[in-house]
Amino acid sequence: MVELTQESMAQEPMLTRSIVLWCPDWPVRALERAELVTDDAPVALIEKGMVFACSAAARAEGVRRGLRVREAQARCAALVTHPYDPAFDARSFESVLTAIEELMPGVQVIRPGMCALRSRGPSRYYGGERAAAAALLGLLAEHGVPDARIGIADGPFAAEQAARRASAGHAGAGRIRIIAQHGSPAFLADLPVSVIDDPSFVALAVRLGIHTLGAVAALDDAAVHGRFGQVGKRIHALASGHDASTVVPRVPLPSFERSVEFEPGLDRVDQVTFGFRATADDFLAGLTHASLVCTAVLVRIFSESDSVFERVWLHPRWFTASDVVDRVRWQLHGANLRSAVARVAVSPESVDAIGNHEVGLWGNGPDERIHHALSRVQSMLGHEAVLTAVVGGGRMLGERQLLVPWGDPPPSSHTVRAGQPWPGSLPTPLPTTVFAPPRPVSVFTNAGDSVDVTERGQVTGEPAWFSVTGSRDDASSITTWAGPWPIAERWWDASQASSIHRFHIVEADGMAWLLFLEEHRWWAEARYD
Amino acid sequence: MLTALLAGPSADGAWCGIIGVPEFGAEAAGQLGVDLERLVMVPQPGEHWLSVTAALTDAVTVVVTKPGGRVRDADAARLAARLRQRGAMLIALGDWPGAMAKLTVTESVWSGLGRGYGYPRARMTTVVSVGRDGARGRRARLWLPDDRGQFRSVSAEETPGVQRRLEAVS
Repeated sequence: MVELTQESMAQEPMLTRSIVLWCPDWPVRALERAELVTDDAPVALIEKGMVFACSAAARAEGVRRGLRVREAQARCAALVTHPYDPAFDARSFESVLTAIEELMPGVQVIRPGMCALRSRGPSRYYGGERAAAAALLGLLAEHGVPDARIGIADGPFAAEQAARRASAGHAGAGRIRIIAQHGSPAFLADLPVSVIDDPSFVALAVRLGIHTLGAVAALDDAAVHGRFGQVGKRIHALASGHDASTVVPRVPLPSFERSVEFEPGLDRVDQVTFGFRATADDFLAGLTHASLVCTAVLVRIFSESDSVFERVWLHPRWFTASDVVDRVRWQLHGANLRSAVARVAVSPESVDAIGNHEVGLWGNGPDERIHHALSRVQSMLGHEAVLTAVVGGGRMLGERQLLVPWGDPPPSSHTVRAGQPWPGSLPTPLPTTVFAPPRPVSVFTNAGDSVDVTERGQVTGEPAWFSVTGSRDDASSITTWAGPWPIAERWWDASQASSIHRFHIVEADGMAWLLFLEEHRWWAEARYD
Repeated sequence: MLTALLAGPSADGAWCGIIGVPEFGAEAAGQLGVDLERLVMVPQPGEHWLSVTAALTDAVTVVVTKPGGRVRDADAARLAARLRQRGAMLIALGDWPGAMAKLTVTESVWSGLGRGYGYPRARMTTVVSVGRDGARGRRARLWLPDDRGQFRSVSAEETPGVQRRLEAVS
């Protein structure tokens, strides 16, 4: 007992008084800042089929975190759902963090939307903790987060709980919650045990009848340590207000982003690309200096009307300056620019150590040569001109063939879809010439009428003549044929339903065709040659 | 027949490039032995088809191209020199001046279909190869493909029209 007291006495001076800043509903706020949703709409962010975060308007209608999507939509009919992207959240919080760091350096990010600072420096500078907190709230209001909350206490855990419990009052006083020095045990005592981040401990504690942090703190320290181990010891320390963790400020990574501004804006693609070349060289020089190569870049094009076009480009090897310029040019071609381009910014999305990509003394062999030649063709004709094929899923042959531009990864679901059973698909051997889109043709009987299929699936006449052009004069005779093989897809969706009858025919000169009849019209899907 | 020509080299690990053929059936090629990971396509080269063909001869081993217009002798000769240098092969769909051989399918009979039933299963073809300067053509009977999806020559028993004489046993 004596040593425990000495230990706890020794720990007290090590508590760092911390300021924790909390932006409520940061995922929704990030979407609003990117103008993907309007400010007052009920929005929910979905992760793995359950609600991860929701806006205040949605919460008013009864949507809560952890509900399934259908349940949330039942509670709020006008709900707008978005998939949750942690990388996007982190990126938007970056700009707020940079602003805070300019004002008060030494910020630690706890998660997107919450960060911690040591209170000693700012409170000395601003003459008091409340003044420092007010300055911080003012800064955030300027940067588009009007309802941030601040908690100040001994240790980041208590400060975080204080921030969450600060009231949503009007600007200033209400949104700051300060727990006096040594006052955290009393403050934490009344909090429910669910604020602890360990769900298994919380579940067990509730079953044992421990409902508040005060009850946890009242437990015997050695008993908790014996029962729960190191985890329990830490939780017990937190609950008693002896939070030994400190604020570890992050070291801001050197920014590799480079951008070029055009004043006045340029609206011709080649002008923009020409003006960007020096920036691309500079961008890669910065990366090389840090011994990195870039395997994916994020290119953002800002137009004068404040709209942003951003896209991530991947590269099978790594980017050189001309590759980056090419990507910018393709993105400009692809974007629908309504006004002139004011700024182009490029930043690395994924980097790799330069040691992994050194060019061998004798060159890198066939893959490198192929990649050079294909990149040349791509810069001649455009990114979409050089393609590789992967097999996706589907019944129609045109659907099954997925063409992916060289350098892009294939869509991730294609192997899964290709491996699924597709009843009604063609047996091998498959036709080697596929018409996408299908070509119109005509099939006639001996009497001269076009062949059709009745509602019961029976052919109205035997196919005898086949013409690619549609007229009877250059029709060739059909020696053997097979069909109709009916395929009715997506009958439940009126806009996408298709109901066709497939036929095989062999012409007199030995050419075999795969045709289909849709709504009394004949089309050639493929040819065997 | 094009896929049959590609299947051999591709299965051995060569890269193949196809220029100007938007209706190439990649899935069928994959099933008949072409490795899709070493296949590159430029379906719409437009008027640059010749420079694209030249660029690809530097990289891939087998180049298939559909000429977009008349091929000049000078261009063909330059391309031939490049092919010899790299050890590559060019297959042109259409006329090509100075081609080493010209392959044509003269007869083709599909088996497996009847009058209203069946599906195309196997094809017996006669392929004629005419050498440079119109030299004597060679002809061969090939299964393109056969029942098992392979490309091979037609063996003696399978050749139609061969009468098997009945021999007395005892």
